[in-house]
Amino acid sequence: MFRKLHDPGPQAVTIFIDGRPVVAEPGESVAAVLLRQQEGWNRTTPVSQSPRAPYCMMGVCFECLVEIDGQGSVQSCLTPVAAGMRIARQQGRRSLSA
Amino acid sequence: MSEHTDLLIVGAGPAGMAAAIAARRHGLSVRLVDEQPAPGGQIWRGIETVAATPRAARLGESYLSGADRAAAFRACGALYEPESQLWQIEPGFRAFITRGGKARIVTAEAIILATGAQERPVPFPGWTLPGVLTVGAAQILLKTADSVPEKPVWIAGCGPLPLLYMTQLLAAGGRIAGFLDTTARGRVRAALRHLPQGLGRLGDLMKGLSWSLALRRAGIPTIRHVTELVAEGEGRLQRLRYRAEDGREAEVPAEVLLVHEGVVPNIHAALALGCAVRWHAGQHCYVPVLDAWGETTQANIFIAGDGAGIGGAEAAEPRGRLAALRVAARLGRLDDAAAELAAAPERGALSGALALRPFLDALYAPRPQLHAPPDETLVCRCEEVTAGELRARALEGRPGPNQLKAFTRAGMGPCQGRQCGYAMAHIVAAAQGRPVEEVGFYRIRPPLKPVTLGELASLDEQEPAA
Ligand SMILES: Cc1cc2nc3c(=O)[nH]c(=O)nc-3n(C[C@H](O)[C@@H](O)[C@H](O)COP(=O)(O)OP(=O)(O)OC[C@H]3O[C@@H](n4cnc5c(N)ncnc54)[C@H](O)[C@@H]3O)c2cc1C
Ligand code: FES
Repeated sequence: MFRKLHDPGPQAVTIFIDGRPVVAEPGESVAAVLLRQQEGWNRTTPVSQSPRAPYCMMGVCFECLVEIDGQGSVQSCLTPVAAGMRIARQQGRRSLSA
Repeated sequence: MSEHTDLLIVGAGPAGMAAAIAARRHGLSVRLVDEQPAPGGQIWRGIETVAATPRAARLGESYLSGADRAAAFRACGALYEPESQLWQIEPGFRAFITRGGKARIVTAEAIILATGAQERPVPFPGWTLPGVLTVGAAQILLKTADSVPEKPVWIAGCGPLPLLYMTQLLAAGGRIAGFLDTTARGRVRAALRHLPQGLGRLGDLMKGLSWSLALRRAGIPTIRHVTELVAEGEGRLQRLRYRAEDGREAEVPAEVLLVHEGVVPNIHAALALGCAVRWHAGQHCYVPVLDAWGETTQANIFIAGDGAGIGGAEAAEPRGRLAALRVAARLGRLDDAAAELAAAPERGALSGALALRPFLDALYAPRPQLHAPPDETLVCRCEEVTAGELRARALEGRPGPNQLKAFTRAGMGPCQGRQCGYAMAHIVAAAQGRPVEEVGFYRIRPPLKPVTLGELASLDEQEPAA
């Protein structure tokens, strides 16, 4: 959906989305990286299993929830990338589960 | 590190940073928490990183002016905690904050909420599809990730932000498929009567006009007075339909659609704290009830910046400083006469900054269709409740938003009604033939965001606060 205008160069870090290595730049959010992926979604809803993607990028819609390093329902638009981070898309999970 | 400070500020945007600097100048100890990784708030997102890069120039002067503000804030001696989300405040004050999955309690004598605004929710059929985002979201992607929509993008809405974003996007080499301008017919005439009082802000008007001209020069197709939008696709946005006031309709292929219908104050924290709010007819939203210093109806809790009512960054800064002055006087660092003296220029700056607001509010007043989405629209994105269901239920026994929430689960999801609250209020009002301000808003209870068991457990590990 989105593309990055510059190459992060030597600063680039690798993060893993559902096990697949992906290039990211320090300072950007996990949601920004997710929006550059082919799949275009990061979770499905608990009610109808519909795919959802980041919508507001500022912490108010909670559409961007993913699992990060084993912790479920993290707002990916508020989480900066870090080298080696493991992200898993979330299927139908109620956000309150710890 | 002591967990107690004189003043706790929430939000490192223009208001919060200005408040911190002013409070430090008067000798207060200040803790400032913000859920973002760096200072700047919405207008100056990512400024510290971006200012040093060649792409800074594309984002414009008012963006760049944030670099000095962030530097002054860093140097002011406030204890700054980024990536820290506030989720509850108890009397006393004890504030609950989560950072990196761990929660803790900090205490303070006074609190300034400088939590800013959010974009007004724009419910329409298909707005939950991946590929539909807000204009603000795309601007954040441009500022913080140097990212633009891959294919030519559709933009729908009204207000200064879509115009600003489109000029920034073009400067960055992005492509625009078309602009669906939702400004209703007749708004220009309605706005003009507010112009005389705003003439002192001619510069802002010229800026807005220059954005419009740049878009025209770039040959961006613009459809005026768009009233209805429908987004469609299998699992993601693929097609977009729109209808204009003159009946003109079209269906176009689309991968990304950005929407924006103005901004409204973040009032959840104020509501959870029991601060009184009032309906602002000109801005079509609730604003907190505040005195001339920004103090809420709860003593020693202040609100500054766009959270106090939409005024823009230039109004946010004097509002932040006024609140800080009052706190300094309360805590005995300044006598009342000195506070009044220091407040005078801030009040002048504030009224100057607000002079053009009534004009902008009238020009970009939300179109009526915004608050009456078709039955199939998912009004509550989290719990997937449609406008039709709310409408039907609203007729049975005249329930208010809180009863409807209990019946339908609308507003019960993780966003806690931040996306459906206003639509709910308007649907109830229309169904029951009542004015929207009479219907009220969801009752908001802490926590302000879903809290995990892990976070609660981490509270127990904290040493008792001093
Ligand atoms: C998405 C968006 C984009 C905008 N872009 C522009 C622009 O380009 N130009 C312009 O002139 N105006 C813009 N605005 C308008 C904006 O409101 C500015 O007027 C200005 O940023 C307001 O300053 P502020 O200090 O009141 O709040 P903000 O700048 O919004 O700062 C509020 C801060 O509070 C933090 N916060 C909120 N809740 C919590 C919490 N619970 N815990 C911890 N931290 C919290 C946020 O992370 C944020 O950093 C934008 C608004 C939005 C919503
Ligand atoms: S995208 Fe809205 S909360 Fe993250």
